[in-house]
Amino acid sequence: MSEKQTSPGLLGWIDARFPLTKMFEEHLSKYYAPKNFNFWYFFGSLALVVLVIQIVTGIFLTMNYKPDGEMAFASVEYIMRDVNWGWLIRYLHSTGASAFFIVVYLHMFRALLYGSYQKPRELIWLFGMFIFLALMAEAFMGYLLPWGQMSYWGAQVIISLFGAIPWVGDSLTLWIRGDFVVSDATLNRFFALHVVAVPLVLLLLVVMHILALHEVGSNNPDGVEIKKNKDANGIPLDGIPFHPYYTVKDILGLVVFLILFSVVVFFTPEMGGYFLEHANFVPADQLKTPPHIAPVWYFTPFYAILRAIPNKLLGVTAMFSSIVLLFLLPWIDRGRVKSVRYRSTAFKILLVVLVISFFGLGYLGALPVDDTRKFMARVFSIGYFGFFLGLWWISKNETTKPVPERVK
Amino acid sequence: MKKLLILAIGLLLPTLGWGAEGGYTYPHDKITIDWHDKAAMQRGARTFANYCMSCHSAKYSRFERVGKDLGIPDDLVRENLIFTTDANGDPTKIGQLMTVTMTPEYAKQAFGVVPPDLSLVARSRGVDWLYNYLRGFYVDESRDIGINNGVFPAVAMPHVLADLQGLQRPKYKTVTTDGEEHEIITGFEMLKPGSMTPSEYDQMVHDLVAYLDYLSEPYRQTRKNVGTGVIIFLLVLLILAYFLKKEYWKDVH
Amino acid sequence: MSSDEVDSNRRRFLTAGTVVVGGAGTIVAAWPFLSSWSPSARARTAGAPVQADISKMQPGQQLIFNWRGKPVWVVRRTKQDLATLPKVDDELRDPESRESIQPPYAVNEWRSRKPEYLVVVGICTHLGCSPTYVPEITADWEGGFICPCHGSKFDYAGRVYQGVPAPTNLTIPPYYFVSEGVVMIGEDGAAT
Repeated sequence: MSEKQTSPGLLGWIDARFPLTKMFEEHLSKYYAPKNFNFWYFFGSLALVVLVIQIVTGIFLTMNYKPDGEMAFASVEYIMRDVNWGWLIRYLHSTGASAFFIVVYLHMFRALLYGSYQKPRELIWLFGMFIFLALMAEAFMGYLLPWGQMSYWGAQVIISLFGAIPWVGDSLTLWIRGDFVVSDATLNRFFALHVVAVPLVLLLLVVMHILALHEVGSNNPDGVEIKKNKDANGIPLDGIPFHPYYTVKDILGLVVFLILFSVVVFFTPEMGGYFLEHANFVPADQLKTPPHIAPVWYFTPFYAILRAIPNKLLGVTAMFSSIVLLFLLPWIDRGRVKSVRYRSTAFKILLVVLVISFFGLGYLGALPVDDTRKFMARVFSIGYFGFFLGLWWISKNETTKPVPERVK
Repeated sequence: MKKLLILAIGLLLPTLGWGAEGGYTYPHDKITIDWHDKAAMQRGARTFANYCMSCHSAKYSRFERVGKDLGIPDDLVRENLIFTTDANGDPTKIGQLMTVTMTPEYAKQAFGVVPPDLSLVARSRGVDWLYNYLRGFYVDESRDIGINNGVFPAVAMPHVLADLQGLQRPKYKTVTTDGEEHEIITGFEMLKPGSMTPSEYDQMVHDLVAYLDYLSEPYRQTRKNVGTGVIIFLLVLLILAYFLKKEYWKDVH
Repeated sequence: MSSDEVDSNRRRFLTAGTVVVGGAGTIVAAWPFLSSWSPSARARTAGAPVQADISKMQPGQQLIFNWRGKPVWVVRRTKQDLATLPKVDDELRDPESRESIQPPYAVNEWRSRKPEYLVVVGICTHLGCSPTYVPEITADWEGGFICPCHGSKFDYAGRVYQGVPAPTNLTIPPYYFVSEGVVMIGEDGAAT
């Protein structure tokens, strides 16, 4: 039986009433993570930091923003010009939104590279996918709030997609909008959801995501389960305590991220019209559509899939399937080797095809349609869906290299 | 693995060519705005107040801010930039927003559209577009207002700067695209000169666009200055964080 | 494991250095957020002085003007009203206006630049309600202002009576006469 050590002073008083030291040890100083984390392993903690940035800047924006169709656009300019440092708070929030997706996409890609979604980590992956869905909803609703031309018409287009659902489509879109077109009613409810409801859901999901991770332990670039080789004290031989080693490494990663983030915030917040779209500097006009509507860059891959199929319902179905398939990845991949380092050439090719297709779709989704582009969008859509099909096919009897017992 | 990814990105590069858009406008010059040239922006402010503000508001911007940022003393701002009065008949206060007295109803009747607010036009249209637009008006008898614009066909705005630029006529050339013939403008010739020479007019438009650029983001210079400080600070922190990490990771392996 | 000894001094130095620099950065980063709470350009504009037209005021009349969102009263006092002022000195908490807020030119028996016109911020110094103007002089009331919220009483110069919850006399704002019939509330104007 181990002795119960009691800390002195204030800490001891708290520990007798709240598991503070216990939680610190369980999740930080005695949480043993594999010692071979590489570049791809920065993005989880970075995602957490961006979440905090968005919440803090979001709260301060809410102090001056007016969620009313007549006042919203002007209130954003009020923040940008009249509120002390308002421009900085706004740019932090708009850049943070794009940064969130860059970080999350890279974080998800890590899981593909190293099989982090495979057993026993399926639930971590599912929570993560729900976070991704919540994030997309959060970004979509947040984008309506500035009430610019792109905000308005982008929302109009995406909400009307729900009209494709048979039987209930039209009633559903009327119910979502609260009006016959996107209007003040829509703006106000999206504001409530964006500021309160979805952030709460996101926070809850993030907590569950991390708890599920800590329950099983982290994966690593070799896909080796470090808990299989423990020393006399039950500590994994290839494990190191998260604190101080990964706290210190993540701080370094954070500083690098902040430098890149600051370059954008302070020197190119519009990012050529990709982070802050030019059309959005014009107040929403219900009677005039801008010549070219595009969703914000992080939605363009899925938008391209939607447009690749000329049928409204099938296009919507394809778009939703492209995300549903991601949910099912732990079961589509029937292989048991986790890391790309030890998987077949076929798998590597599939991954490259996926990356090219995703980038290609993203690029095309931002542009207006023409015949060549529609054709290429179909090619890339086949590439994207082909990844899942191909993975299911090859993973059953995959020729893999021998996986080492210990981390390299 | 890395090699394959690099190959993947490499294969994508040719696709950058697909972004090229058609759409021909004239003129199509490019300009650069020097944010340190406050004098140009001051001249632009004066042009804007005298020629544009009867119809176009800049209602997210305040007179006082313009004065402070461009180095124009308060009394000069009141004399040269403020021509409106408030509901009591008193001159619009210097701290007020730069609104316009023309009502939307009147504007719709007179022009068919409400002249848009111009606080952000340099961000939605860009400085190049504005520079070309303001120099692209030409005589077009087929239209009610008698003019048209090489950058914004069938524009509803009259050529308010006509007495400065004069009136010009387009020179056309026939081209074939996708098997169809159509005419494009390749230049202008002066029909009736205005009070400025073409280079004087170009300079005036440049100054006006410089002012509009300022108006669209008055704090741009501050933003960059603060950014420089932040990056320098972060680089110092980077050095510390790097050595801290290296020091602790001596334990590992 | 590593072959070198853990250089704990170096570790402590680097950790402390990073924490201090990082901490300083965090405080500097917090500054814009805190500063965003200070009055914005719009609030500062709305706080600008207000021009009050008093040219048509009748004797005994009270006009109310909005300055910085607060009610500012201009009362055109009659000779009778002014005569009540020395009479009530004994019943007041601070007849010489030592504790209250007023510009130097309002430190006199009428608490104003011109005896005829009282310019005063109409907010009770107790908890912020706006008192009612009660000009009628009766047996036990010499005229002035009575606050409906908790009964505080002020005389014709805004001075507070004893035995009421309000602690100080009503505040006199900065003001000056642009002309005979126009007062600029919110600015002291040229030295007078």
